[in-house]
Amino acid sequence: MSTATTAWREHAESVLLPVLALLGALLLFGAWVAFGGVSPVDTWVLLFRGAFGDSFSIQNSLQRAAPLMLTALAVALPARAGLIVIGGEGALVLGALGCAALPYGLPGLSGMWGCALVLAAGAACGAAWLGLAGALRQWRGVNETISSLLLGYIAIAVFKHLVEGPLRDPGSLNKPSTLALNESLRIASLPGLDVHWGLVWGVAASLAAAVWLSFTTSGFAVRVVGGNARAARLVGLPTNRLILLACALGGACAGLAGAIEVAAVHTAANASVIAGLGYTGILVAFVARHNPWMVPPVALLFGGFGAAGSLLQRRLGLPDASVLVLQGFAFMLILGSEALRGRLLPAARAPAARATPHVQEVTA
Amino acid sequence: MTGSAWLDLFLAIVGGAIRVGTPFLFVSLGECLTEKSGRINLGLEGVLVFSAMAGFGAAYLSGSPWLGVLAAAGSGALLGLLHGLVCSLPRVSDIATGIALMLLGTGLAFYLGKPLIQPQAPQIPSIPLGAWSASQQVQSALSINALFPLGVLMALGLAWGLKHTRWGLVLRMVGDSSDAARALGTSVTAVRVAATAAGGCIAGLGGASLSLYYPGSWNEGLSSGQGLIAVALVIFARWSPIRCLGAALLFGGAGAIGPALQSVGVSGGYYLFNAMPYALTLAILVATCSPRQSLRGAPMELGVSR
Amino acid sequence: MRLDLSNRRHWIKTLGAAGAGLSTLGWSAWAQAQKPLTVGVVYVGPKDDFGYNQAQAEAAAEIKKLPGLKVVEEENVPETTAVQKTLQGMISQDGAGLLFPTSFGYFDPHLLAVAAKNPGVRFAHCGGLWSEAKHPRNVGSFFGYIDECQYLNGVIAGHMTQSKKLGFVAAKPIPQVLRNINAFTLGARSVKPDITTLAVFTGDWSMPVKEAESTNSLADQGVDVFTMHVDGPKVVVETAAKRGKFVCGYHASQAKLAPQAYLTGAEWQWITAYKAMVEAARSGAPHPNFLRGGLKEGYVKTSAYGAMVSAAARKNADDVKAQMQKGTFDIFKGELKDNTGKTVIAKGKVLKQTDVELESMNYLVEGVVGKV
Repeated sequence: MSTATTAWREHAESVLLPVLALLGALLLFGAWVAFGGVSPVDTWVLLFRGAFGDSFSIQNSLQRAAPLMLTALAVALPARAGLIVIGGEGALVLGALGCAALPYGLPGLSGMWGCALVLAAGAACGAAWLGLAGALRQWRGVNETISSLLLGYIAIAVFKHLVEGPLRDPGSLNKPSTLALNESLRIASLPGLDVHWGLVWGVAASLAAAVWLSFTTSGFAVRVVGGNARAARLVGLPTNRLILLACALGGACAGLAGAIEVAAVHTAANASVIAGLGYTGILVAFVARHNPWMVPPVALLFGGFGAAGSLLQRRLGLPDASVLVLQGFAFMLILGSEALRGRLLPAARAPAARATPHVQEVTA
Repeated sequence: MTGSAWLDLFLAIVGGAIRVGTPFLFVSLGECLTEKSGRINLGLEGVLVFSAMAGFGAAYLSGSPWLGVLAAAGSGALLGLLHGLVCSLPRVSDIATGIALMLLGTGLAFYLGKPLIQPQAPQIPSIPLGAWSASQQVQSALSINALFPLGVLMALGLAWGLKHTRWGLVLRMVGDSSDAARALGTSVTAVRVAATAAGGCIAGLGGASLSLYYPGSWNEGLSSGQGLIAVALVIFARWSPIRCLGAALLFGGAGAIGPALQSVGVSGGYYLFNAMPYALTLAILVATCSPRQSLRGAPMELGVSR
Repeated sequence: MRLDLSNRRHWIKTLGAAGAGLSTLGWSAWAQAQKPLTVGVVYVGPKDDFGYNQAQAEAAAEIKKLPGLKVVEEENVPETTAVQKTLQGMISQDGAGLLFPTSFGYFDPHLLAVAAKNPGVRFAHCGGLWSEAKHPRNVGSFFGYIDECQYLNGVIAGHMTQSKKLGFVAAKPIPQVLRNINAFTLGARSVKPDITTLAVFTGDWSMPVKEAESTNSLADQGVDVFTMHVDGPKVVVETAAKRGKFVCGYHASQAKLAPQAYLTGAEWQWITAYKAMVEAARSGAPHPNFLRGGLKEGYVKTSAYGAMVSAAARKNADDVKAQMQKGTFDIFKGELKDNTGKTVIAKGKVLKQTDVELESMNYLVEGVVGKV
């Protein structure tokens, strides 16, 4: 009986805490802009309208959320295995390169199978890159946060060098790019919407990751490793391979995001691909507490922030950095709200029940 | 290239190493202090950018670069304090908080810094160490940031303090074994918060150096990940303040070498050149780490020593 | 649904514009005063960067003053779907009828994608290469031949340099940048034929630390006059001034920053192009698809000379400028060799500013030390 109420409380808190933190962030942001002489109420109204107010805004938010889902998985999946990997930007960029570069080696690619192949190439590049970070950790003891960060910078440098050098399309004069992807390889918009299929990929990947982690043996094994690597090893789990798997899968998601950016948006790989999507993905993953079920809604929230930011600039004259400030407040408060876990909804037990010791409370 | 051309190149790199390396020095010293207490602060990028903006703004409004330096150090301390306090709450990951701080610091800096992009602020004076030379080049290469000697003194001071003073011992104890520290009655949280705030303060000086000396202007592209690289730098330097000094100069030199080579006519592949410091750090980490023994010199309580 | 609605709204607007256009033949002043127009301007960086974006913002500020004109602006919009959404938002949410996406990288595929979906809205892109065969009619591009001003920069620099070494801090080796480097060098060498220009590429449009480093390295090499092609020239100007060198500005006037070091500068005068686009939109005239011009057409201008510029230098530059304003001066003509010794313009051949061949320049002329 008390286990059920504890579980209910936990779930309720898991939803309430971030929501309260978010409301707090909006309040704080309102106070911040009021300081600068802008009406907070106008700001809140515009934030809502810009993110979800009309069909255009919703599609804008969805479009921005699509790559964020994948880059968030690049952080969330290794995190479930116990690693903090923040090199998603590098994996994304190499994924974009891989996608754009494959037709150089296989010029006859076309159609749906060709499209699947270039996306797979991007995913493979990303998987290799973050897998490298995981391998360096397991076999050389190098901290994965630092190594993935450094690998990210190296990946961006390699990308720029190749795109503006050996892989450059000689016709792309003022904006160095690779050769544009064949028309048939590109990703189109969803029917009737102004959002490309990348959204479906993002949601599908999140669901697949969630199902994998929650319901499969290997997913469970990864979670055990993430919970306590030592115990996992004692139980006989192949921790090295599992960690590598989690990193590679995360990297594949980021690489896929990069490939989709090329195939759906830019049609070629160039410097515009380096747009900080990997870094925003880190944010989304942490706010979603590395839970793939929560990644799509949180990504949509952050997509909404970005969409609203445009409107804030145009209507209220707020600087574009307002979105960063709001994201910063939200992130800080959500992190801080974790401290309230277990204290927000105190147990409303009947006095008689207090007599018996509640072991569950200790483990909550 | 002739002998004098080689000498010129060498001097240019030395000058560049000091110029570009000064912010690295301060940020890595600040991070070193924080990590010695067992906490990692990834948010120093946000601290660097924000204190650069604050320093520039204060110098511009007050007309004195030193007030700007003070403002930069103060805002760095404030942000460090924020990081320390949030991390002291239960169940909060310091890596996540660091990323949040990076975001918040950068966002606030860009937001408040909009009116500061155009104006010019009084600059930190330089110390003309090269006045003995007739060559203009040597003079300019050795004309160093007044904050640089301060940084060197700080590195020496920190190194000495960590080994020979009581607070250094307390700090190291908190970083190596929080249980032992608690057993002796020290408040682990208080020490860590103080160390993070002090670390932020020192990193703020790096921000002042960027916006008030070199490049000496406020701009949204001012920092290109220097705060984050400082974290790698500290590991590279094995948590020793003196080695941080050397590593900062090395990274500064590596950053200066690209343009220096181009200006003598060696061009091509400049993206790869620019990535050299990162590749070098990674290579050294790979070569010197081992899964079995923890990184020598790493504070035990720090999450990175696996 | 949404697409239908916006299409209908824009059909009505276009019909209205066409109708208004027909009925205002001869009543243009009255009509212009009556017809409200919302103009959207999109910047890739901050508006007050003392450089590229500021030059655009200055023109936007000028057209804001026109009656019946509303201007909405958005800055720091990256060259991704974000700009597509921004443009579409300005159309759907703010009712913009004329858009100025000012960064080169917005053109393909972002602007083209949005233009295809909104045939009744006009798009005026800065720097793009519009071509009748490939691009729709509601898209136009405008650009200025600022290399004429860089040539004049070079002439002044040629007179003022003592070391005969000039420095050029550039972002990326793309045709627009190379054209500027070459024009600068040709201008300088027209004064003293043994002048060399050292070119350093930073790799990206806005990298303050690298730009400062490049300036310092070049100064170490003996360079005494600088110019640049980066988004925000402030850092190069200030760093050069700190080293006691001279500097020629770019994009906008940076004279305020270093009055004792600023010789002259190459500036945009985008208001000319902006006005042309706005007037065509308001009068219902067809959208200008390809606008180019130099000093003669008023698309670019030079900064005032600094006090230290010698009389001989001023006279030389003013003479050339007068010829350019009459359209009788050619910068790129044969025989022209590049810095590897190859002949890139044959003897006797003259390339006019409007020659499309110049827009795909991929060499550095003799006298430039650097590699493409």
